[in-house]
Amino acid sequence: MPKRKDLKSIFLIGSGPIVIGQACEFDYSGSQACKALREEGYRVILINSNPATIMTDPDMADRTYVEPLIPEVLEEIIKIERPDALLPTLGGQTGLNLATILAERGILEQYNVELIGADYKAIRKAEDREEFKAAMERIGLEVPRSGFARTMEDARRVAKEVGFPVIIRPSYTLGGTGGSVAYNIEEFEVLALRGLESSMISEILIEESVLGWKEYELEVMRDRKDNVVIICSIENFDPMGVHTGDSITVAPAQTLTDKEYQVMRDAAIKIIREIGVETGGSNIQFAVDQTNGRMVVIEMNPRVSRSSALASKATGFPIAKIAAKLAIGYTLDEIPNDITKKTPASFEPTIDYCVVKVPRFTFEKFKGADETLTISMKSVGEAMAIGRTFKEALQKGLRSLEVGCYGITDGRQLGPNDVELIKQKLTIPNKDRIFYVRHAFRSGITLDEIYELSKIDPWFLKNIEEIVEFEHELEQYRSDLPIFSQARDSFSEELMKRAKRCGFSDRQIGEIIGLGEIEVRQWRLKRGISSVFKLVDTCAAEFEAYTPYYYSTYETEDETRKSDKEKVMILGGGPNRIGQGIEFDYCCVHAAFALKDLGYETIMVNSNPETVSTDYDTSDKLYFEPLTLENVLDIVEREKPMGVIVQFGGQTPLNLAVPLKKAGVPIIGTTPEMIDIAEDREKFKAILKKLGLTQPDNGTATSIAEAKEVANVIGYPVVVRPSYVLGGRAMEIVYTEADLESFTEKAHEASPDHPILIDKFLEDAIEIDVDAVADGDRCVVAGIMEHIEEAGIHSGDSACALPPYSLNDDIIEKIKRDTYKLAGKLHVVGLMNIQYAVKNDIVYVLEVNPRASRTVPFVSKATGIQWAKVAAKLMVGKTLKELGIERETAINHIAVKEAVFPFNRFYGVDTILGPEMKSTGEVMGVDTNFGAAFWKAQLGANQNLPFKGNVFISVKNQDKRHVVFVAKKLCDLGFKVYATKGTGKVLANSGIDTQFVYKVSEGRPNVVDMIKNGEIQFIINTPSGRNPKMDEVLIRSGAVQYKIPYTTTLSGAEAVVNAIETMMKVGLRVKPLQDYYVSKTT
Amino acid sequence: MKAMIALEDGTLFEGRSLGAEGEKEGEIVFNTSMTGYQEIMTDPSYKGQIVTMTYPLIGNYGVNEEDVESGGPKVEGFIVREFSKITSNWRAKDSLVEYLKRHKIVGIEEVDTRALTKHIRVGGAMKAVISTRDLDPKSLVQKAKESIGIVGIDLVKEVTCDAPYEFETGGDFTCVVMDFGVKINILRMLKKAGCRVVVVPARTKAKEILAMKPDGVLLSNGPGDPQGVPDVVEEIRKLFGKAPIFGICLGQQLLGLAYGGDTYKLKFGHRGANQPIKELATGKVAIASENHGFAVNLDSIKKEKVKGTHVNLNDDTLEGIEHEIYPIFSVQFHPEASPGPHDSWGLFAKFREMMETFKKERHA
Repeated sequence: MPKRKDLKSIFLIGSGPIVIGQACEFDYSGSQACKALREEGYRVILINSNPATIMTDPDMADRTYVEPLIPEVLEEIIKIERPDALLPTLGGQTGLNLATILAERGILEQYNVELIGADYKAIRKAEDREEFKAAMERIGLEVPRSGFARTMEDARRVAKEVGFPVIIRPSYTLGGTGGSVAYNIEEFEVLALRGLESSMISEILIEESVLGWKEYELEVMRDRKDNVVIICSIENFDPMGVHTGDSITVAPAQTLTDKEYQVMRDAAIKIIREIGVETGGSNIQFAVDQTNGRMVVIEMNPRVSRSSALASKATGFPIAKIAAKLAIGYTLDEIPNDITKKTPASFEPTIDYCVVKVPRFTFEKFKGADETLTISMKSVGEAMAIGRTFKEALQKGLRSLEVGCYGITDGRQLGPNDVELIKQKLTIPNKDRIFYVRHAFRSGITLDEIYELSKIDPWFLKNIEEIVEFEHELEQYRSDLPIFSQARDSFSEELMKRAKRCGFSDRQIGEIIGLGEIEVRQWRLKRGISSVFKLVDTCAAEFEAYTPYYYSTYETEDETRKSDKEKVMILGGGPNRIGQGIEFDYCCVHAAFALKDLGYETIMVNSNPETVSTDYDTSDKLYFEPLTLENVLDIVEREKPMGVIVQFGGQTPLNLAVPLKKAGVPIIGTTPEMIDIAEDREKFKAILKKLGLTQPDNGTATSIAEAKEVANVIGYPVVVRPSYVLGGRAMEIVYTEADLESFTEKAHEASPDHPILIDKFLEDAIEIDVDAVADGDRCVVAGIMEHIEEAGIHSGDSACALPPYSLNDDIIEKIKRDTYKLAGKLHVVGLMNIQYAVKNDIVYVLEVNPRASRTVPFVSKATGIQWAKVAAKLMVGKTLKELGIERETAINHIAVKEAVFPFNRFYGVDTILGPEMKSTGEVMGVDTNFGAAFWKAQLGANQNLPFKGNVFISVKNQDKRHVVFVAKKLCDLGFKVYATKGTGKVLANSGIDTQFVYKVSEGRPNVVDMIKNGEIQFIINTPSGRNPKMDEVLIRSGAVQYKIPYTTTLSGAEAVVNAIETMMKVGLRVKPLQDYYVSKTT
Repeated sequence: MKAMIALEDGTLFEGRSLGAEGEKEGEIVFNTSMTGYQEIMTDPSYKGQIVTMTYPLIGNYGVNEEDVESGGPKVEGFIVREFSKITSNWRAKDSLVEYLKRHKIVGIEEVDTRALTKHIRVGGAMKAVISTRDLDPKSLVQKAKESIGIVGIDLVKEVTCDAPYEFETGGDFTCVVMDFGVKINILRMLKKAGCRVVVVPARTKAKEILAMKPDGVLLSNGPGDPQGVPDVVEEIRKLFGKAPIFGICLGQQLLGLAYGGDTYKLKFGHRGANQPIKELATGKVAIASENHGFAVNLDSIKKEKVKGTHVNLNDDTLEGIEHEIYPIFSVQFHPEASPGPHDSWGLFAKFREMMETFKKERHA
C-alpha cells in the first residue's frame, strides 16, 4: 500500500528527561521516526522537554517544542499546529500515557487528530491489566493467576485467593514503578499500599508468582495488511522476578526448541492482532516454567521500547524507523532492508552471533537504597556486546560496564569461608550475581546447586563454568609459581587463541598470569593472534551487506573494507550512568555529522545500545565494541584513522587518552597532556597563578594526615574529592576534622591511583558554568550559565539559567576574559567547560575541563548553535573564523535547565543535594523571562508548582532570616503558610500569618500526615546539616512519594516564588525553538 | 580431534570433530535457522548434503524423540561454530553430540561458519568432503573434486520408503503421499486436516495410486535434483485431472517438469526459516521455512495452463504454481514448517477443501 496522502502533518511525542526506565532509547527511536517521516515529506511537529536529545535538534523536525510534557501543553500545541495525526508509540510510556489522556479528554477528537500506529482502544487493551487479561483469555493464552484491587480490603482478598508469594503490579506506571514481590502478609500490607499509591488510577494487580521461571521477550512488527514478523527473540539470564531492564539478557533465545519457539511466535502474532496494534512494533514478554514448558503471557508494550532498541542494535533491523513508515501506510514488503538493500523488510532477521546486554547500576550514589533487584527497575544504563559465542559476548559485555572488571574474572578471589555469602548472593538477585556465579564455581559449588539457588538456566551456568575452567587452566601459568619462566615459555599460541575465543581480554589474561595488558598484546600480535571484525547484517551472511556495522571476534576471516578516505574515529561514552549519559552521546553524534559534512569517513565506537550514536547510519562505520584500550587499539590498527576524538564521550574515552597516545594513536583536539594538566592540581595551580586568576585556597593529599594538614591551613569548610572521576563521585563538603577522615578514605577508594583534592568551600557563592570553543588561537564563549542553587551542589544537579539572571556586566566580562586566558594557555582545540564561583564580586575558578561537558546540548538548544559540531570541525583544523563564529551569541530569550532525580526508585533515600551528582536527566524550559522559563523547567521535571493552597516551610537556622521574604511573597500570592515551631516562630515574628504544625516526633496530625492527606501543595525544606534529622527525611521522601513539588535550597525557593508569580500574571505560552532562533541577534 | 572440510574449489576449513569419526562427501550448503537443528538434520531433503548452521551455538536444548522429521539424521555431515556442552530443556532426552555419534554423523565445531557461509554465497553450493581421517589438504580437495555431487543424481531412492504404509488410518479423505523423502510433519499436518494418510514409495505407478481411490495426492519434498528422477515425472503426469494434487518443494519441481517446464539450480539455494513469501493474489507476505537448491522456471512451461501464485521477495524466484484447469497446486516452501513459522498452515486447509470438492463431484 502506498503511503497515506490524506495526512500532511504528524505530531510526535518524545519521552522527556532521562529517568530510570526511560533513557536514550527513545531519543534513538524518536530521531529515527523524525527522519523517516520527513524523508516521506510530512511536516513533523515534535515535543520533548529534554534538550540533550538529537531529536530536539532544530533540523530534525519542522516545529520543535522544548516544552513540558503535560496534556495542557500538548493541547496548546495542537491548537497552534493543527496536526493531522499523532504518533504516540515512539515516545516511551510517557508518549503513550499522554496520548491516552488527550484521547480521553476529547482533545484529539475536537481538533480532528488521528492516532496512528496504535489507537486508543489498542493502547487501553494493552495497558489496562484487566482488559489485557480478558483479551488473552479470549485468544486462549494463559496469564498468571491474578486479581485486581482498588482498595486494601480487595487486595487482601485477592492475595488470599492467589496465594503467596505474590507479585504486586500497579496499573499505569512507568517501567514497573512500584512493582514488588510480597512473600508474606506483613510485607504485603506495605507493598500493596505503595502500589495503590503509585498507580495513576489507584489500581493494582495481584498476581501468581512465576518467580524463577524462564523469561523471554519477542519483538513483533505488524503492518496495515496484517503482515506480522518477529524481529528478535530475547532470553533473560536472570529468571522471572528481576525487571528485564535489570536483567542480563541474551539474543536470540538460547534454550527453546523450534517447537516451543514457534508456539511463542504464534502467541505473539495472536496477541498483536487481538490487542489491535495496527502498525508498528510491540514487545511481548513471556514466562516459561522450565520443568514442564508451561508458558504464560506476562505483558505487552504496544510501542517501541528499550528492548526494541536493543533488538534493533542486536539484529541491524531499525524497528523505530520501520514503525514510523508503517504508521503512514507502507507495508513491510514495500520498505527495503537498508543493510542488504536488495531484500525487503518483510522478513525475520536471523543472526550468526550471540548478543548479551548487561545492566549498569549506580547504587553507590544512593546511601541506604535497597540493592535487591526486583520487578521495579533500578539500573541506569546498559552495555551490549556481540560475540560469536555466549562466553565471548558475556565477557565483552561485562568489560563494557567499566566497573573495574575486564571480563567475568573481576580480579577478586573469595575464600572457602565465603560459601554462605556466595549462596546468599546467588539466591537474592543483586547487581553482582553474575560474578558470584563464578565465585560459586571456584568454591566448588556444583552447577546443579547454583541452579537450585538462582534458577539461572543451566545452559548459561555451564558456559560460565567453561570460562572458570579455562581460568584455572590459565592459572597454571601464574607468575608467582616457581616454574613461572618455564611456564611462560610453554604458554602456547594454541592456549592464547583459545583464551581469546573464550572472550578473555588481554588485561584479564595479564591479571591471571602476571603480565601487563600491553605485554600480553604484544606477545600475541607477534604470533599473529589478532581479532577480526565481522558484520551485523540481519541475515547471517545470506545476502551481501552494504552497511559497515562491525563487532570483533577471533575467527579466520576479517570483513572490514579498505577505503582511501581520510578517517576520523569518535569514541563514545559506553553505558549510561549518573554523571555520564545522553549529553555525551549527543556530542559524539554531532561530531559524526559534522565530520561527515567535511568529507571525512567517520568511525563510531561505542557499546551502548540505547543511543543514537550506535545507529548504523549515524556514522560511516560503526564498531559495536567495549571502550577498552585493547578493543580501541584493534580498531585503530585496522582503520588507521588520521585522528581519534576522545573529548566528546565523557570520562570513558578521556581515561583512554594517555594510553592511546602512548601507543601512538593520533588524538586530535586538545592534547592529552593539556587535559592532564587541567586535572593535575599542582600544575593547574601554577597555570592559574601565571595567568593571575583566582582559585579558592586548596591543596592535594595522598594520605589522611596530609589531608588534615591541608584542611587546617585553608580552614573549614572544605570540599574533598578524588581526581579523574565524573559526576562528583565521592565528593563531599566537610565541616569538621572527624568527617574529613572518613571522606578522605572514600575519595581514595573512588580513584585509588590519584591524589585527593581539597578546596576551600565558598559558602553561599553563586556558581557559574561556562562552555566555550577554541581553535588553539581564538576562543569564543558558547554559553554562560548561572546556577540557581548556591555553590556546593553538583553542577549536574543544579538548575541553571542561560543567560545569567543576576550577574552584572563587569562580572560577565571578567568571566569571559578568564575563559579566553585559560583556553589560550591550555591550547584548547575543541570544547572546554569551566566552573566559576562568584562571591563578593570576586570570580574564582573552580574547575576546568578541556572537553565536552554535560551542558553542551543545553547551550546548543538555548543558543541555536550546534557547538559540538563547531568543536568537531575545529578539531580537524578549521578555525573559528572559517566557521564564521567570531563572537558570543546574544539571545532574546532565557533558557533554564533543571535536573531530574531517581528518588522515586530508591524508596526512603534522602533527597538532599550535594556535591555528588544524583540526577539521571534534565529538562529545559525556555521563554522570554526567567520566571516562565523556570516554571516550565520545573514542570518538565515533574514539579507541578501550585498557584494556590498550602506551603510548608521548615528551614535550617541560617536560612531562617532569608526565608521570611519568600514566605511573605507566598502569602501575598494567596498561599497559606504552615511551619514547624522553629521556622514558624521566626515567620510569625516577622508578621507572617503562620499555621503551626507538629513535627513527626511531636504528635499527630503532623506534617507527614498533612502530606499524605494532600493538604500541602509545596514544600520548602532545607537540610539542617550533613546528617539530616529523621523528620526531614520523612518530609522529603513523602514529597517524592506523593509527588508534591519541593525545594531543598533557599535560592531554589526564591526562584519558585518568582516563577509562580510570573505564571499567575502571564499564563502558559508555547513556542517552537525555530521561532526563538529567528529572533536571535548575534 | 581435528577435522577438515575441503571444497572442490580448493578452499579448506579446519575444525574439531565432536560427532562420529569418518569421512563423507556431499554438497555443502548453509541453513540460517536459529532453532530447529534436530528437524533440519533429520529432514530427508538434506540427503547428499553437508549442512553448515549459520547460528553459532547449536545443541543447547539437546535432542528429543518428537522433533524428528524422519527415522534419524539424513545429513552427510554437520558443521557448527560451537556444540553445547550441556543440554537444557525439559523435553530433552539426549545431547546432540551423543545423537550424532550414535547415528554416525560426522559433526565438527570451531569452524568459522560465517566465512564458510560467505564462501558458499559467493561461490555457490559446491561439492565438498568432510573428514576426521584424511587431514591432508591436497588429497581431501582432490576427493571433493572427484565426488559425484548431486546434479542429475537420483537421491530420492535413498530416502523413500520401501513399501506403502498407512501413517493414519482414520480420516475423512484418503490422501496418498508420494514419498520422495517426506518430512513427518507433512504427514502430521495431513492427519490434522482430517485425512487418512497413505504413504507410497516414490516409484509407485500412477495406476497403483489411482487404484487406492485417493481424494488427493501429495507430492512430498525430497532431496537432490528433480531431473534425477524422470520416470517419476512421467507417472505424476498421469495423475493430472484424476485427483487433486498438492506439491511441496521437490514435489513442486517434479510438477514443473510434468507440466513440461524446466528446473534449474539456484546458486546457493534457500535454506532457513525466515524467507518472505508473497502470495500474489492477496499481496500478503508469509514468513516461511525453506530448503531447496533447485527451482522451476515458470516461463518454460508452455504445454499446460498454469500460473505463478507465490514469489520469494528476496530474489523474486517462483514459490508457488497453480494449474488453471486441474485442481493442482504446489509451493516451493514448506507450509508444514518444522522447523519454522506456521504462517502457511492454511495451505493444508486449502488442500482439504479441494479434496472435499473433488470427493463430492466424484460421488455426484
